[in-house]
Order: sequence, then structure tokens, then C-alpha cells
Amino acid sequence: MSSLARRRATDYTVKAISTGFAALSLVLLAWILWTLLSRGLPALGPHVFTKITAPPGAGGGLLNAIVGSLIQIGVALVIGTPIGLMCGTFLAENGRGTQIANAVRFVNDVLLSAPSILIGLFVYQLLVVPVGGFSGWAGSIALAILVIPVVVRTTEDMLNLVPIGLREAAFALGAPQWKVVTFITWRAARAGIVTGILLAVARAAGETAPLLFTSLGNNGWSISLNAPMASLPIAIYQYAASPFEDWVALAWAGALIITVGVLTLNILSRLVLAKMK
Amino acid sequence: MDATLTGTQASSVIATAHKPTGRISDPIFVALLWASGIFVLILLGLIIAMLFEGGLPALKEFGISFLWSTSWNPVTERFGAGVMVSGTLFSAVIAVIVALPLSFGIAFFLTEIAPGPLRRPIGVAVQLLAAIPSIIYGMWGFFIVVPLMAAYVQPPLIELLSPIPFIGALFQGPPLGAGMLTAGLILALMILPFITAMFVEVLESVPPMIKESAYGVGATTYEVYRNVSVPYGRAAMVGAVMLGLGRALGETMAVTFVIGNATRMSASLFAPGATIASTIANEFPEASQGSLKLQALLELGFILFVISFIVLALSRLLVRSKLKG
Repeated sequence: MSSLARRRATDYTVKAISTGFAALSLVLLAWILWTLLSRGLPALGPHVFTKITAPPGAGGGLLNAIVGSLIQIGVALVIGTPIGLMCGTFLAENGRGTQIANAVRFVNDVLLSAPSILIGLFVYQLLVVPVGGFSGWAGSIALAILVIPVVVRTTEDMLNLVPIGLREAAFALGAPQWKVVTFITWRAARAGIVTGILLAVARAAGETAPLLFTSLGNNGWSISLNAPMASLPIAIYQYAASPFEDWVALAWAGALIITVGVLTLNILSRLVLAKMK
Repeated sequence: MDATLTGTQASSVIATAHKPTGRISDPIFVALLWASGIFVLILLGLIIAMLFEGGLPALKEFGISFLWSTSWNPVTERFGAGVMVSGTLFSAVIAVIVALPLSFGIAFFLTEIAPGPLRRPIGVAVQLLAAIPSIIYGMWGFFIVVPLMAAYVQPPLIELLSPIPFIGALFQGPPLGAGMLTAGLILALMILPFITAMFVEVLESVPPMIKESAYGVGATTYEVYRNVSVPYGRAAMVGAVMLGLGRALGETMAVTFVIGNATRMSASLFAPGATIASTIANEFPEASQGSLKLQALLELGFILFVISFIVLALSRLLVRSKLKG
């Protein structure tokens, strides 16, 4: 074979393998989604949303877990979003170029990919041990620590896209910085910032490990943030590994709910981001 | 003033010029921004400090040999991190070894081969793999992958490879399905989208001129990829791989479902094992407050933090050095 023919053959082979790898990744995604649909859908009924968790065979649902998840994510957002928003604004507006901003950006990147189970251990040490019990607050704060780095990163990226002239125009009218930031810059980047918050919700909604040692889970009706609180991921974790068929079925139903929610949020935010960039 | 002043610099100049008008709202606002920035720094410091402090008694009890001692016996209260540290590194390295060629291939496909209209949808689909929660991977792995491994993958491999001296030791033992290899494969699938996304970003930052000159002298698409694009972005790509490694080190729920959770040392890929994260998740419910076991678990957490911090920090430095010039 001539050298050219061999090189062409190599090129062709590598292209075929690469295409195969891409196809494989799509097949695996489809496989996971198919597993969720085929096992989750049959288990999904009104009882999942209307009844709280119950002993095996008693026909329980996931209501307390769903409500617990929503409460903890809500509280995590209320705590985490303002801090993340302010920190992202600091990085994009005030700190840029300074050593301290570089350090903050670096630390934020580390927090963004730090193992989430360690956040759970940290909040356990910080809150659960001194207070003397697991609680919805502890779970919410653990989730807030996961929310912050996501919001910081997207806020900074989005603010960097806001044209300089917009700020200059506002400053020229004599507006103080807080007005320029809140009324002009944030407003111009609004869609992007909301996207970041959606991504943060998606991340917090699927996390299990940080809740293990903080809000613990609760098999009763639990809406007090001062007591252990149920959550969807923890309920799935407990049920999936159990020997009872109806519990495993509920775990699949819960897994389907979470995945559909998280993937929807992700696709939505990607659509908005694609439009902005 | 320099004409190339960036917007923020300009705005801070203007903001400074504005200050003498005597408003008090602005200093408060700026102070809040600074406080949030510094809060993130303090947060990381606190996490390190709390984990270290929590694990300190275990470190004092067992000394530095805690790091490599392989005993983990709650009954006699002898604890060591050896099995978990090696399990963490072992499973993460398997994940990277499996994910790396796949990422190279998919990134090549997405940047050079895929027809234009298909690029975005396929790219997004690969990214969605990263959005699926860890516990879903765990369930899928536990109910689907583990039985498949036990029935179809491990028996032929054991028959074929275990008699071979030396590497045979990797393939010893009963085909349980759950174990180090299964955990590594699931982790590979989980880190694949992160590595691929960063590879694509790096490859797209290669100046077209360089690639075109290679095409001009008659190189094939693969040759341009291999000899021009990849070397150009090598540092950032190594960073991307380390980011994937960092993620694999700390994954908890998926691994807990499929690794088998045995705190014994074994060389076999098929043997059940444990990682730091899976051990913490598994054994925490049985560790009472103030017990030596809890302290040993916190110490494990601290070790995991140090390992992932080093890996993530290196990856950030490598990625930034290239992408941000």
C-alpha cells in the first residue's frame, strides 16, 4: 500500500471510531433514560404525589420527600443566591485584575468541583454537632454551599457580556455604583443570571451525599426546618437498596421525577444561554 | 487615560470620581460586594479547618500511619485509610483510562466530523450526561450494569485472563458484578462529558490559520487533529483530564451503589472495594457522635479534600494557562 493510501485509511478508521464513540455516548444516555422511563413510569401514580412514605406494603408515596426537597432547595436559594450574585458582581465589577479577585475566582472554581459529600461533613461539624441534631436548616445550608459557586460563575460570565457603554452611560448621568449595578448591569444580564440560578437549582435538586449527614431524611410528614427533613434523593437512596419491591418501584418513580426535572432545567438554561451568546 | 481601558476599570475610575458627592449608600454596596467575595475565601478555609479539626483525634490516635494502614475494624477500633485511599485512586484512574480515548474521539467527532446542524444537538446530548444526578447513575449501575457485568463480562474475562501470570491477579475472584471495575466504568461515563466539553472548547480555540497551513501541505483531518490541534492545546487538555480525575475522586452515590463496599485490600479489578467517599456515606450512620470511628471518617474526609484540592488546583492552573493566554 502506498503511503498516501495508508494515511487515508488511518484517517478513515479514526473518523469511524470517533463517530462510533459519539454514537456510544448517545446510546448510553438513551439507555439510562429508557431504564428510568420503563421502570419509573409504571410506578408513577397519583399516590406518589399524594401520600407520604410508609412501611413496605402499606402503599406509601413520596409526598413528604418532594415537599422536603422543595423546601430545602427554596431555603438554599434564598441563602445562596444573594451571596453568589454579590460575589459574582464583585469579580466582574470591583475586583477585576486584583490579586484578591484572582484568589476568590480560584477558590470558587475549587468549590464548584469539590466533592459534595465533604460539604455534608463540613455542615455536620459546623451545625449538626453544636446544635445537637439533624435538621432541615443544616440540609438547606449544605445545598446553599453548592448553589453559591454555580451562581458566582454564571453571574461573572454574564456580567462580562454586558457592554461597557451601558455602564458608562449610567455613570455619566451621575448614578452611583449601586444604582448602575442593580438597575443597569444586572437588568441587562438578567436572563443569564436567572439561567445560572436554574442551573444551581438543578444541581442542588439531584444531590444526595450532602443531605446524608445534615437533614438525614424523615419518614413522617416533615415541614419544620428544625427537625430532620425528608428529601427526594435521600428517599431514593433508602428505597433503591431495600429488599421490598414496592419501595424499589417508588425509588424508580422518584428517580424519574428528579431526572425529568433536572434535565428540563438544564435544557431550558442551555437554550437561554445559547441565545445570549 | 489609556484608550484600551476595560469597562470595569473605566467604571471604577468613574466610581472613584463620583464618591466625593457624599452618598453613603454606595460605600455600603461596595462593602457588601467585597464581603461576599471574601466570604467565599473564608468558606473554603472553614471547610478545611473543620474537617481537619474533626479528624485530628483519629490522627493523634493512629499517627501518620493512618494514611496507609489497611486495617478498618470497628470492633477493635483500629482504623486506617489505606484501603480507601487506594480504592479512591484506583477507581478514579480506571475512570480516566476509559474516559480519555472516548473523550478524544467524541471531541474529534464534534469539532471535525459532525455535520454542522448536528453538532449542537449531539454536543448538548453528551452534556446532559453530566446533568444526570449521581444517584441515578448509582441505581442504573446497581440494577442494570452490575448484573450484566456478573453474567456476561466478568466470567469470560476471568476464564481468559486469570491464568496469565502477573496480570492475572487483576482478574481473580468470583464474578460478583459489583466491584472496582464496575465503579470505574460508571465513573468514566460520569466524567466523560466534563472532559469532552473542555476538549471541544480547547480545540475550538486553536487558530484556524495553523490548521489551514497543515491542510495546505496535504495533511489528513486526523493528522491535523493529532499533530496540530492536540499539541496546541496540550496543557489545557491535561488540565481537563485532571478536572475529570478530581470529579471521579469525590463521586459518592454512584460509587456507593456499585463498588461492593468491602474494606479489605484486594488487587483484583473484580473484587468489591471502597473509596473514601463511599466509606463515609456507608459507615457514617453507624458512627455515633464523638466516637473514634466518626473521627476516623472525618479524617478520611480531610484526606479526600487534600487529594482533590491538589488535583483540582493543578487542573485549574493548566486550563487557565492555555485558555486565558
